[in-house]
Order: sequence, then structure tokens, then C-alpha cells
Amino acid sequence: METIFERPHALSDPQFSYCPGCTHGIIHRLVAETLDELGIEGTTVGIAPVGCSVLAYDFFACDMVQAAHGRAPAVATGLKRVMPDNVVFAYQGDGDLASIGMAETVHAATRGEKITVIFVNNAIYGMTGGQMAPTSLPNQVTQTSPYGRDVNTAGFPIRVCELLSTLDGVALAQRVSVDSPKNVRAAKKAIKKAFEYQIEGVGYTIIEVVSTCPTNWGLSPTDALQWLRDNMLPYYPLGVYKDVKAEGFANIAEAASAKAACLAEGGAR
Amino acid sequence: MSDKVLMKGNEALAESAIRAGCRFFFGYPITPQTELAAYMAKRMPKENGTYLQAESEIAAINMVYGASAAGARAMTSSSSPGISLKAEGISYLAGADLPSVIINVQRGGPGLGGIQPSQSDYWQATRATGHGDFHVIVLAPSTVQEMADYVYDAFDLADKYRTPVMVLADGMLGQMMEPLVLPERKTSLPEKPWAATGHRHQRAHNVVNSLHLQPEDLEVTNIERFERYEVIKATEQRAETYLTEDADIVLVAFGACARIARSAVSKARAEGIKAGLIRPITLWPFPVDTIERCVDTARAFLTVEMNMGQMVDDVRLAVNGRKPVEFFGRAGGIIPTPLETLARVEALAEKVGAAAPENVGGAN
Repeated sequence: METIFERPHALSDPQFSYCPGCTHGIIHRLVAETLDELGIEGTTVGIAPVGCSVLAYDFFACDMVQAAHGRAPAVATGLKRVMPDNVVFAYQGDGDLASIGMAETVHAATRGEKITVIFVNNAIYGMTGGQMAPTSLPNQVTQTSPYGRDVNTAGFPIRVCELLSTLDGVALAQRVSVDSPKNVRAAKKAIKKAFEYQIEGVGYTIIEVVSTCPTNWGLSPTDALQWLRDNMLPYYPLGVYKDVKAEGFANIAEAASAKAACLAEGGAR
Repeated sequence: MSDKVLMKGNEALAESAIRAGCRFFFGYPITPQTELAAYMAKRMPKENGTYLQAESEIAAINMVYGASAAGARAMTSSSSPGISLKAEGISYLAGADLPSVIINVQRGGPGLGGIQPSQSDYWQATRATGHGDFHVIVLAPSTVQEMADYVYDAFDLADKYRTPVMVLADGMLGQMMEPLVLPERKTSLPEKPWAATGHRHQRAHNVVNSLHLQPEDLEVTNIERFERYEVIKATEQRAETYLTEDADIVLVAFGACARIARSAVSKARAEGIKAGLIRPITLWPFPVDTIERCVDTARAFLTVEMNMGQMVDDVRLAVNGRKPVEFFGRAGGIIPTPLETLARVEALAEKVGAAAPENVGGAN
């Protein structure tokens, strides 16, 4: 009998430690399928973050490095500089990437490090038990915003793709979700594109995946998906925020110099 | 002697690191170590290496973590306040058993402190370079020649024991120029089969990690690491001695301060006081064996430091109450002078009955 659907080879055997209904499992699968399809499992080094996906080093079958909270972009930089021909990806959550690691994120992106970042945004700190994240929505109740996130005191959620898309070093910034089969397929396409861009040396690539946290949101898996659609997607619209190749450039350097020339022309007028 | 050159201490550290096979340098500017970064920025591209000015000291040490995880010889350098920021990364390097070299060209502290030379990071270097149960090997040069020699050794020690190694210098050594002979370029470097370089379907997948959620597992890693530390203590203690064989008063001083102490020893000898000097080269492991060899003959010990009294604790531990151990130091970035050090030697000699006969009773 022909096998038409199987576990990606780039996923190891251990059982996931994620809560039921959480979409980390789907996202892991999409990354692993990508490694399989591009035939890069043997040359890829992944970075496991601090947070729910801290054990990602057990789940992916490629070489893995565990990084301190928020420092994955710096660790990725060190790895990639030593091994420019290898593929390096960092898998980070919202607290990791957008809070404690924001400096490392912005600067790795600015330098145009040829790495791929899978950014899982579920608007809450998962592993530590549901505290407010930089991406928690206005009025969202969390353990550390028990009366709802008050933007007057806690500030506003950070839209990471919008922010990073202003940086010249970014080759691809795209927001996807895995809440429906259609969106899963789109997410897979985006993740694969990001790895392809890295292999081609186009520049820094980030795929933000809007995700759920049924446990800490206090919702069933299906209600969590609906909450994501009703609340997160309006604040974090899906789409391509930057894609230098779609704009007709081969890499970030070409795109940045074209932008500079355009600005200079505008300034001369 | 074609390689005899005149260099600043900071530059000697950089050139010697390159000769030791370091091709990845990540740093962030801070006085008084910036010449090191500038030298690396100039030389690394010519060596097919990477100089990267990180966005922070925290990023720099984590770039070292990544480069080291990929099996490269990697280094970062900073000065006191910057080393505090690197503490997190150093703990992770130790936890993941990653060889790496960290340079601390110390300035006065705490806080922003000043920019003058100091040895006030001794405790940080030897006791608490980061959270958790671990040590780093600490080497303390006292000349520009030793800046080159010790950083060269640091890479080998780091690889041999899979541990971070710190070269603990100070602003005086970093900024001073002296002639030195540069070491030979390394032609081969150790294999690192544990590195995360991509398994290429040739081996099981490698994981570089410091997380062990099961307490029993974590304890096992700590016990294993401390067994390695016992080997390091037994085999890597280094110290230099000067006139200690018959010394009544044994000075203990490291780094730039040891040069001042040595001068004070010579002056004391000229006065008939039998003084000697132990210069710890490894601050961790502390050269307790060298202290031990002097405990019976010495009447008293005097540590001379550019801090408020930090290494004196280690000397007291080694002496273990058998002889008096006193401290003399200047802080804030002030370098003690040979004459004020001599005065402390004279006073101590008198106190323990080791002064030259003509000096007894304050005849001076």
C-alpha cells in the first residue's frame, strides 16, 4: 500500500509536551515538513527558546542549540557566522522575541542575518502560567493584567511584523495563522519560502504565526481558535509585510540601495 | 626574533587570540579595552574571520555561545560593567559546557565606577561569574607578554575542559605598551564532535543545552562538572614565586599589582627584611599548593590588591589560620605605590618579629 501521509523525518519520536489544542504541534510539523522537502535536515541547526517550546530540541531531528531567554537571534548570529552554508532557524515565542529579546531581534534583523525566525504569537506567556505578554491585547485578562490590559499603564501590544518590515535587513516578514486548513496551507508556504530565502542568502526572514493558548486563555481548543479569529486577527492582520523578492530585488542589499536611491532622488527635488 | 613587537596590552590580547585560532570575535565598546575590538575589526577580515560589534554585551556573549556551539574558537572582551551584563551568558556557556574565552580588562566599580585600572572583579571572576554551580578558569597576566601568552593558553584550556576561560587583566595592562614575542600560529585545532554543525545524516543529532528539568539529571551534570573541576584544581594551578624560599613576609599579589609588590619585596630585602612574593597566575583554580609550600617558613602573609580586599579571602582559606594574613590595597582605580607597599611590609615585619635588627623599634 502506498503511504501518502506520514510523520516528517525532521521530527523526532518523543511525544510533544504541548497542551491539548495548542497549535505549536502544527507549527512544528510545518517546519519539519519544510526541512524534509528542502532536504536540509542534515545541514540545519535549530534554536530552541525559553518558554513552552523550550524542549523543541527534543522534537526536531536536526542539530539543536538551546538559547537563553530572548537571546536566540544572537546565538543564531554566532552559529550562522561560523557556518554560512548551513541553515539556521530560531523558534521563538512572543515574550522571548518581543519582550526580553527585542534588542537582539531588532539588531539581528537590521544586520540582515541570514536566518529564519519562526515567531509564535499567542498573546500570552504560556509556560510560566499565563502572564501578560508584549502582544497581549488591550483589555485582555491575564495573570498579571487581572483587570484587563490597560493601555494607559501597560502600553500597547507590539505588532512585530509591521515593526520589523521597516528595517532594511529584513527580506521577508509575513504573518500567518494555523487556525484553519486553508491558513495552515498558507503558513506552510510562507515558512518554506522563508527557508528558501535563507538558502538563497536574501536576508533575514521572519514568519509570525498567530497561535492559541487554550490553557491560559481558559478556552476549549475550538473556542480558542474562534477567539483568535475574533480578537487577534483584527489586531494582527495576516499578510506579507515585506518581501524584497516580490518587490523585484535579489537580496536586501539590492533592495536597500534602491530605497536609498529613491530617497536621494526625492530629497533632491 | 622576527616576531618581537611593541604593542599595547589590549592589542597583544587580540593578536595572540588570532594566532590561537580565534576567528570569531563579538564585542561592544567599553573603556579601557576598546583597542582590542578596534584591532579585531582591522585584522579579522584579513584573516577570513568575523568581527561583529554587537548591540550589547549580552548579545555579544550569546553570539560567542552560538559560535562556540558551532565548534569555533570564539572570544568576547569587555570591562567590568560589561562583564556584569555577560554574566547570564557565561552561566549558559558553563551549563552547556561550551569552550570560550572572555576578556575582562578591569576598571573600578561598583556601578559605572571609573575608567582607571582595578582588580575589583576578583570575586566576580572567581566566585560568581553567573548564576548556578560553576566555575570558570581565570588567568591573570601581569605583563603585555603574558597578555599574549595567557590568552593563547586560554583557548587550549577552554577546549581541553569544555569550559569558559576568563583572562582577568586590568586597565593598566590593557593600555601599557611593552615589547613582546608573539606566539606561533596554531596549525591545527581540536575536533569537536559534540558541536551543532548539522548532522548530515552521519550521526545522531547533537544538542547544545543547559536545561535539565529533572533535578536528578541536573545534579548529575553538576557533579560531573565538579569532578572536572577537581582535575583542573589538581593539574592547572599556576603561580610564580620570587624569593619565597626563606621569606618571613610573603606578599601575595596578582596582575599589574604583582609588579608593584615585587618592587616592594626588592626594597624590603635591601633593608634586610626577608620578604618574598607569590604571584597567582590562575586565580581559579587558586594556587593553594604554592601557598601551602610557604606556610611553614613564612611568619605572615600580606596580599596587595587594587580593591578593598578580595583575594585576601582565598589566601586566608589556604593559610587556614596557621599564620596571620593581612591586606593592603587601594581602590577606585588607584594603583598602590611600591613605597606605600613597603611601609606595610615593614609594619607587618615588625609586628611578627621579622624586621631587620636595625629596623626594630622604629629606628627608621
